[in-house]
Amino acid sequence: MRLTVNGTPRELVSPPLTSLLAVLREELGVTSPKAGCQQGGCGACTVLIDGEPRRACLTPLAAVDGAAITTVEGLGDPTNLSPVQAAFDEHYAAQCGFCTSGFLMASHALIERGGGTSREDVIEALSGHVCRCTGYVKIVEAVNAAANGDVHAEETQADMGPQGEENISLIPGSPA
Amino acid sequence: MALASTEAPEVVAATSIDDAVSAFGDGEGVTVLAGGTILMVDLVHGRLAPERVLMLDKAQMAGVRTEGGRITIGAMTRVAELEDSVEPLATVARGVADPEIRAQATVGGNLCATPGAESPRGDLQAAFIALGAQVRSVGPGGERTEPVEDLLAAGPEGRLVLDVSFEPPQAGASAEVRRPHAHAYTILSVCGAIGVAGTRLAASGAGPRSVRLTSVEEALASGADAAAAAARALDDVSPADDALASAWYREQTLPVLVTRVLNDLG
Repeated sequence: MRLTVNGTPRELVSPPLTSLLAVLREELGVTSPKAGCQQGGCGACTVLIDGEPRRACLTPLAAVDGAAITTVEGLGDPTNLSPVQAAFDEHYAAQCGFCTSGFLMASHALIERGGGTSREDVIEALSGHVCRCTGYVKIVEAVNAAANGDVHAEETQADMGPQGEENISLIPGSPA
Repeated sequence: MALASTEAPEVVAATSIDDAVSAFGDGEGVTVLAGGTILMVDLVHGRLAPERVLMLDKAQMAGVRTEGGRITIGAMTRVAELEDSVEPLATVARGVADPEIRAQATVGGNLCATPGAESPRGDLQAAFIALGAQVRSVGPGGERTEPVEDLLAAGPEGRLVLDVSFEPPQAGASAEVRRPHAHAYTILSVCGAIGVAGTRLAASGAGPRSVRLTSVEEALASGADAAAAAARALDDVSPADDALASAWYREQTLPVLVTRVLNDLG
């Protein structure tokens, strides 16, 4: 089976009914999508499949043979955050961060298709994502800000990384 | 926790309806993988160890078409595609899970959903029954077309659903009781529609699968008012206690939901 993951073609050896979540995390070491409920109810595993947000824990590898998968690792990195990532940082929309990967992918897709500019739009589109920490208000704020182009990435960049050190070489595929 | 990967099953990816029908055969030893939102949970958790899995996502079994006043919905049509359909189907479809699940789950999978251990499944069933929908399936004995409620009563196990079809109703309505949750599970829902054959009603969540409320329909046909007809609904159902609600609660709320639907239908 073949997948393109964050722009890189990958050959896979996992059996065809392995979940995409297990393939990403265990075979490929792409660990941003999280195993939350492991039954499709929480959204922590959401990734983009050909640009569409889907539950990786419910997707068998055989169903995505040849598809393009995007995870947080493909959205941006500390030196170059995507607008939605910068907005999440600016608005303090992540606490423990466990749900964040799923929210970022679903939010990114929502904004790409022109949505996310109102609270109603966000809570409908992201209704499959559970957060136990934030109470959702800051997440909605962040998505609205990113959708409305109200992001100040240059302020966010300054927060990234330890003070006074050179950029650390990250393990490819590990979250920022 | 290690994430289970599944080994051993033979996976067949059908590339056309004929291919799917032929690969399904009489259904013996075949596990159908449609959207995967139900099956994958069982597979990942090791509750199922199928020998042979028939994947349908490339079998060209999706799509909604209208011909000669009849709407036909392919079994692999995603639930999300029904959000703009006729009532009561549209409202029920919009209430299934969330947008990501709706984009993956299929009409056929929802129709054939095995009753959940913790909660009822298959919300679309009651909407299709109320619409008087016919379901076309293959399996032992070959192809057959029958009312949805008959397929559900006989058990869709061993059948491969191809499509569902119905005539748009003159009016459609639904009422439900839901349990707030990450996914607002439907404890109980009633769907109704007025078609050429009169008023049809069905209930979801008052038994392992959705059922037609024939006692209510008969009461209406013999002139009972909405409340009196609604009380007859209890004759048609056998609700059980489950994780969402008790049988008692469902028995209390069923006539209320039926009354609401009848009032909305006018």
